[in-house]
Amino acid sequence: MFASTTQQIRASYAFVERNAYLVKRYWSWELVWLSYSIANSLSVSYIGLGMESIGGQGIDGRYLVLYLVVGTLVWRYLSMIFYWITDIIGLERWEGTIEYTLMAPIHRLTHMAGQTLFAVIYSMLFTGVILAVTVLLFKLDLSQANLLGGTLVMLAGSLSFIGVGIVGSVLPLLFPERGSQMTHVIIALLLLVSGVYYPIEVLPMALQRMSMLSPATYVLRGVRAALLENAPMARLWPDIWPAMLMGLAAVPAGLWVFGLAERYAKRTGKLHRNG
Amino acid sequence: MQKIAIDVEELYKVFRKPRRRPWRARDGKPAAGQVVAVDHVSFQVHRREIFGVLRPNGSGKSTLIRLIATLLLPDGGRAEVFGHDVVREPMAVQRLINRVSVEASFFKKLSPMENLLYGARLYGLPASQARVAIHAILKCIGIEERSIGQPMQEMSRGMQQKVAIARALLTRPALLLLDEPTTGLDPRSKREVQDLVRELREQDDTTIVLTTHDMVEAEVLCDRIAIMDSGKVVALGTPQGLRQLVPSRNGHQPTLEDVFLELTGKQLVSEERV
Repeated sequence: MFASTTQQIRASYAFVERNAYLVKRYWSWELVWLSYSIANSLSVSYIGLGMESIGGQGIDGRYLVLYLVVGTLVWRYLSMIFYWITDIIGLERWEGTIEYTLMAPIHRLTHMAGQTLFAVIYSMLFTGVILAVTVLLFKLDLSQANLLGGTLVMLAGSLSFIGVGIVGSVLPLLFPERGSQMTHVIIALLLLVSGVYYPIEVLPMALQRMSMLSPATYVLRGVRAALLENAPMARLWPDIWPAMLMGLAAVPAGLWVFGLAERYAKRTGKLHRNG
Repeated sequence: MQKIAIDVEELYKVFRKPRRRPWRARDGKPAAGQVVAVDHVSFQVHRREIFGVLRPNGSGKSTLIRLIATLLLPDGGRAEVFGHDVVREPMAVQRLINRVSVEASFFKKLSPMENLLYGARLYGLPASQARVAIHAILKCIGIEERSIGQPMQEMSRGMQQKVAIARALLTRPALLLLDEPTTGLDPRSKREVQDLVRELREQDDTTIVLTTHDMVEAEVLCDRIAIMDSGKVVALGTPQGLRQLVPSRNGHQPTLEDVFLELTGKQLVSEERV
């Protein structure tokens, strides 16, 4: 019986393996992207030391650097999960393979589980390399940080970004020419309101209210508490549970929205590759 | 397994042209701005049959294939594959079918092995079993060993099309939908693909639906042929039976092309439209 769990797991692994092959074949691009990401993270982090230099003795540059490092790394990790989910749908549209993927006898949950499992693993490795370079360059001391707590908060936030990614992948599914670019608006809005590079308290009240709806807000707050203040699990919990709750709602919601979009595409003939 | 592989009844599919009003006229006919791709089509395909579909461009042939392949939802009528409704039981249908389209769609950076492994896993094949089968099938269709690990983008269109056929064969479908599989292939490759289609029916009892612009191909391969025009099936029968629909002229027996031109009044073209 095809629908058995084993076969669905095997089918799910198809996406992990395929994406790994894509990374291998596009290795030069991945190297360029890694170099860009490292340079970008370092540039943002140096703002911390820059502020100390500009602002004088009253500013703790080392704290600012760590604050910005956490922001840039968490953001890199979460946005990578998002982009790996949406970009692959865009690539499938571009290559014309989307019809073969959607014609396969698999549940959409199976499809997305494989897709997102790869996204999470690869994003962790990618972010880990950036973290290593940053720690070495800035000689950051994380020996007093609650690394386990920080990781748990990141994982809790992953789930919600998977859901947001699945919703975002509807754009390249329905708009093959500009859909991938359209997903940037989702990420840009989350970047604005989530307090990636600044505390959300500096935002106008309307944006502060919006920040409560962003899972990244809780992830960033939790990871900063874990790494900067060595906060114990009990203190991290108020940030973990909203991120998890959002994830538990976002993943089924994402699958539901994707299902609607798939049905719409099948009704209107939008899956067919043009050009 | 059921004797009827495909049962299509009054199947109907209309597309809306962009930037035009999709309103229907009061008499129920599609309004301007709509294209009826499949217009109340009915036919049956028997198990082990090679069923051909001939059409001029834009007459709904690819749409018909996509409807059966669960890639499109019909606006009316029904289609069943071995007794499973394509709308209500898409996964049951998907387990029984595979499709080769005119454009060999692959991840072009990946190799045939990587692309086919992906396809095999999607259909639940274990990797070890799939690797052996991939080597065997690719060898059978004339893909050289050294090409198996090279990116698809380095292969000719004919070779890519062969790999597309291999992808479909890998899952041993009970129903194989071949949408212009030989378009753009050189005569030798075309002959090899045709031989493969015959072998598939003989060895695996596969039912095959073949859409083509090649009259000779249709004649030598197909047990029965449906001629479509403007979304409708205008004739359906054996190649011999179809030829009898047109009277002989100047003492010459009509060819399938004569029949086609007589019934549709159109030239065949090989460009996709719908």
